[in-house]
Amino acid sequence: MSDIAEITVEDMVIDFPVGGGLFRKQYLRAANGVSLTLRAGEALAIVGESGSGKSTCARAIARINMPTSGTIRVDGAEITDPGFRQSQRDYAAKVQMIFQDPFGSLNPVHTIRHHLARPIRIHAPKLSSTEVDERIIATLERVGLSPAAQTADKFPYELSGGQRQRVAIARALAVGARFILADEPISMLDVSIRLGILNLMDDMKRDGIGFMYITHDIATARYFAERTAVMYVGHMVEWGESDSVTQSPRHPYTQLLISAVPEAGIRKTRERKAKKAEIPMRTPESRGCPFAGRCLKVMDRCHADMPPITQLQEDHYVRCHLY
Amino acid sequence: MTRLLSLLGGIAGFYRGNTAGIVGSTLVALILAMCLAAPALTGYDPDKRVARGHQPPSAEHVMGTTRAGKDIWSQALYGGRVSLMVAFAAATVTSIIALAVGVSSGYFGGRTDEIMMAVTNVMLVFPQLPLLIILAAFLGNVGPFIIALILGLTSWPWGARVMRSQTLAIRKKEFITAAEIMGEAKWRIIVIEIMPNLISLAAGMFVGTALYAIGAQAGLEFLGLGDPTVTSWGTMLYWAQSSAAFFVGAWWDFIVPGTFIALVGGGLALINISIDQISNPKLKTGSYLRTWRKLNAEVEAKRQEA
Repeated sequence: MSDIAEITVEDMVIDFPVGGGLFRKQYLRAANGVSLTLRAGEALAIVGESGSGKSTCARAIARINMPTSGTIRVDGAEITDPGFRQSQRDYAAKVQMIFQDPFGSLNPVHTIRHHLARPIRIHAPKLSSTEVDERIIATLERVGLSPAAQTADKFPYELSGGQRQRVAIARALAVGARFILADEPISMLDVSIRLGILNLMDDMKRDGIGFMYITHDIATARYFAERTAVMYVGHMVEWGESDSVTQSPRHPYTQLLISAVPEAGIRKTRERKAKKAEIPMRTPESRGCPFAGRCLKVMDRCHADMPPITQLQEDHYVRCHLY
Repeated sequence: MTRLLSLLGGIAGFYRGNTAGIVGSTLVALILAMCLAAPALTGYDPDKRVARGHQPPSAEHVMGTTRAGKDIWSQALYGGRVSLMVAFAAATVTSIIALAVGVSSGYFGGRTDEIMMAVTNVMLVFPQLPLLIILAAFLGNVGPFIIALILGLTSWPWGARVMRSQTLAIRKKEFITAAEIMGEAKWRIIVIEIMPNLISLAAGMFVGTALYAIGAQAGLEFLGLGDPTVTSWGTMLYWAQSSAAFFVGAWWDFIVPGTFIALVGGGLALINISIDQISNPKLKTGSYLRTWRKLNAEVEAKRQEA
């Protein structure tokens, strides 16, 4: 298996058809001009609220959705190119996904052994049954599910949410993935076991696996990821080094997200950071900054043009007319 | 081994506190066993004249004889083999077609789904009994095998729609997406990942179709569309009717096959009801109510003591 070092997404646009008439289709723009880079052994956090297009981007990289335009390159090879003939099987060996809901991500009628045996058998068809078994046990131990032999024979309903999520991670490992797209992997878990999962992913990162960590919790983004990108309604509004983005947020939307993180012992009367407004639905015809409707520092031109990219520091970019 | 154990556990769990299921299964199993053990239970050949016509039940002929002097008890047992075989064969054909059409339609979606559902809907709007009668009449006096085939080939659309909707729900689950990303083959996703989740629905469909097939087969044969020389519960009724058993007062001639049909039908219906409670938990009340009553009684008893 060839190791890959990076996945580059350039100017990706994803439109979804949403009803419309017989002759004119209406589209929803789920992602607009998204450009990002995932590197092996590093984590990129994508932060944003529900409906901001985070998952859609991950699903495009996993080749579940096709982007409307833009390119996704894996080590220079363009996977969005129609001429790209690499089968899902080979691609799967490199890129895997972990889902938010640990209850929906495992098949209720199969044992844990089945969930891990399939990826191993698909990607290493030459192994004998005992070798497959050994690998299953090793993978389960790797993700901290011991005693592994007993766990392997259990059904998903016999495991807790945290244990199921560990099985999902083990499944990605069993494939031998170099990149893992984690779609809110801890948001449905108890607070007490979130840290365990984050630390497990952190260990894997040290072993050279690259992560795309999708979350709506900007605090864990800083804890886990080297780099952070903030998304709003399909647009990347601010991105760069995690510390820089979370410590000195520049975009009004990032500032709003940071102020929403509760702090222990402090019950401050918060100043209002945004106008109350519906999250807009973006269509291909929409103009201007998507946050304009809620922004307190809104200017006239915010409604007219999409702000250009401004480089603030070496690795800190923002899309806002203020800078 | 664990699989077998969990399967047995599942079966035990199905029958626990499930009176309808126990009664229904016992009834069907008993009649099935009786039909299979027919040579041990009767010494008469069902197709031979063994006594004078229309003899009432006696020690020699426990359920009397037909107009043609054949033993009814023997006919009911041997005929039951044919009737039950037709019912289960029709149910098997229906289940296979409904599963194949429903699951592939739901999983592949798009154009496949549109075409398959168009065919299904056309089949669905045909009035079934008239269609059966026309088909059977067109093919002449049809044997039990053809009847099973006709029933199986005409009664799948309803099941296919149920399977399709359930597949649509399962397909959205993340374990299917995970299998796709992993590079699993499409047929494996359908057969290994989706179908086991449909077992309770498929079982319900199988039993429901068998129930319908028992009735429809008897109906067709009663109308004289079946092959009257093959003994089954339906042709027994046909001969009873054509020999005017009702007018001459030979009640045993039509009561016996009628009772067998009713018992098997009732048994299958009871099984079906209990499967419904599994596949649709909203209908599940029986055992919970009983548990609640028991707990309530205990609480009351403690209160009385205090």
